[in-house]
Amino acid sequence: MSLLSIKDLSFVYSQGTPFEHTAVDSVSLDIEQGEFIGIIGHTGSGKSTFVQMLNGLLKPSSGSITLDGVDIWSKPKEIRQIRFKVGLVFQYPEYQLFEETVSKDIAFGPGNMGLSEDVIKERVLQAAKFVDLRADLLDKSPFDLSGGEKRRAAIAGVIAMDPDILILDEPCAGLDPMGRDILLSQIYNYHKERGNTVLLVSHSMEDVADVCDRVMVMNRSRLEMYDTTEKVFSRGDELSSMGLRVPQITSVMDSLINSGIPLNKGILTVDQAVMEITEYLKREGRL
Amino acid sequence: MRDITLGQYFPADSIIHRLDPRVKIVSLIAFIVITFCTFNFYALGLVFLTVIAIVIASKVSIKMYLKSLKVIIIIVIITSLLNLFYGVGEPIFEWWIFKVTWAGVFNAIYVCVRILCLILLSSSLTFTTSPTDLTDALERLMKPLSIFHIKVHEIAMMMTIALRFVPTLLEETDKIISAQKARGADMESGNLFKRIKALVPVLIPLFVSAFRRAYDLAVAMECRCYRGGKGRTRMKQLHMATRDYISSMFTLMLIAGVILCNIFL
Repeated sequence: MSLLSIKDLSFVYSQGTPFEHTAVDSVSLDIEQGEFIGIIGHTGSGKSTFVQMLNGLLKPSSGSITLDGVDIWSKPKEIRQIRFKVGLVFQYPEYQLFEETVSKDIAFGPGNMGLSEDVIKERVLQAAKFVDLRADLLDKSPFDLSGGEKRRAAIAGVIAMDPDILILDEPCAGLDPMGRDILLSQIYNYHKERGNTVLLVSHSMEDVADVCDRVMVMNRSRLEMYDTTEKVFSRGDELSSMGLRVPQITSVMDSLINSGIPLNKGILTVDQAVMEITEYLKREGRL
Repeated sequence: MRDITLGQYFPADSIIHRLDPRVKIVSLIAFIVITFCTFNFYALGLVFLTVIAIVIASKVSIKMYLKSLKVIIIIVIITSLLNLFYGVGEPIFEWWIFKVTWAGVFNAIYVCVRILCLILLSSSLTFTTSPTDLTDALERLMKPLSIFHIKVHEIAMMMTIALRFVPTLLEETDKIISAQKARGADMESGNLFKRIKALVPVLIPLFVSAFRRAYDLAVAMECRCYRGGKGRTRMKQLHMATRDYISSMFTLMLIAGVILCNIFL
């Protein structure tokens, strides 16, 4: 049985007004325990609406979401329990910080779960470690941190709830390349260490190619593709017709192949490309 | 949060939408005054039917008007009930300390219909006029006040900015509420004290972002050399058209009609 099973999920905004708009249109898919899934799509393709339904912030207009075999809306009064299981980090999460100190802010989620003081303390320290927040920052006001640190503190606030599924909506938006690399590797390590499921919504094909096993492609409210990262990015033409593209390095490799150099297709990261090209040069005896 | 219809503009192509906003504002004021100057049922009925006609002519969904009434309906009920029981004269119905008289019934109907007219009219103004048009018109209407050294342009600009940021801040509030709910914040249950406390995680980030936006806007305006109203020209000039004169005549006729009803019927 899949961890998360989604059937015919749809969401319509402002139903029955002139502003009616279908944001998610009959999406069905299964997500397995321990997968790292990327969600890509053009602005307004319905990604954010989709992920907000997964943790019960938005109630689907039709269709169902089954987590661990239980429909998440079977007990609407206990929807908060679902939010603890499916942790959602919003876009620009640093705008949600409000407490006096960073550690108090990270403790907000676990505190809402009704955990004991000791457990909360431990969770805060653990979460801070995952996102590499120095211990001396924990007693500072969150408003005194730098942009990247604020972002990581906010993400720690969700990780501290120890959700089964962690969803991140554009976690790297507005970070410098270095900050982006650090944050992505931290999320990846968290995923590896805890072995839990992570969904990463992103505009950056490079982010997705670097860390995801599988990729969902959304276009005009519909789920267009759901496959392994290699397979999705081997369909470059279809992606560009949706206003998306393949990772830069993949298109570089594709042009090399097109110009007659016998290289393997489906290269997604710079590291892979370096290996592939070195191998080729060695075969040719030029290295 | 999204249910707030107050001050919301619904674009459509109706005669009411096309009217000059100055005419709409002045007519609204005239209508409100005349609504409270109706002293018999004929006059009240005349005003009420006109209001209904305006609502229909505005081509905005009736649902939206009902939504704006929803907020006020409790006040309508309470004031009507109070009026119902505080009439003087022969009681037509008596129970315990409650005494209903014909005067009370009439008062209740008057109050109820007057408030309904008031809300429907002001809603029809905001539904059919974009906020920028509205403040433009106010600035023009208040122009005479500048001889008393009142900074009309600055006041209008402040109103424009405030109105402009209502949807932005609502959206922001929505987002912050969602983000805190995703962290398990409980906003829907508990007693009053608990609920007020639950607002802290929403209000602090909201204020922080409002100040950030205000600062950014101030810098952006200065970068474009904004320095207040003096010598400032406008891109869109308001012009009175035939339809505006006709509708003003119509308003005057209604006022005359109500006065005649009050005197002769």
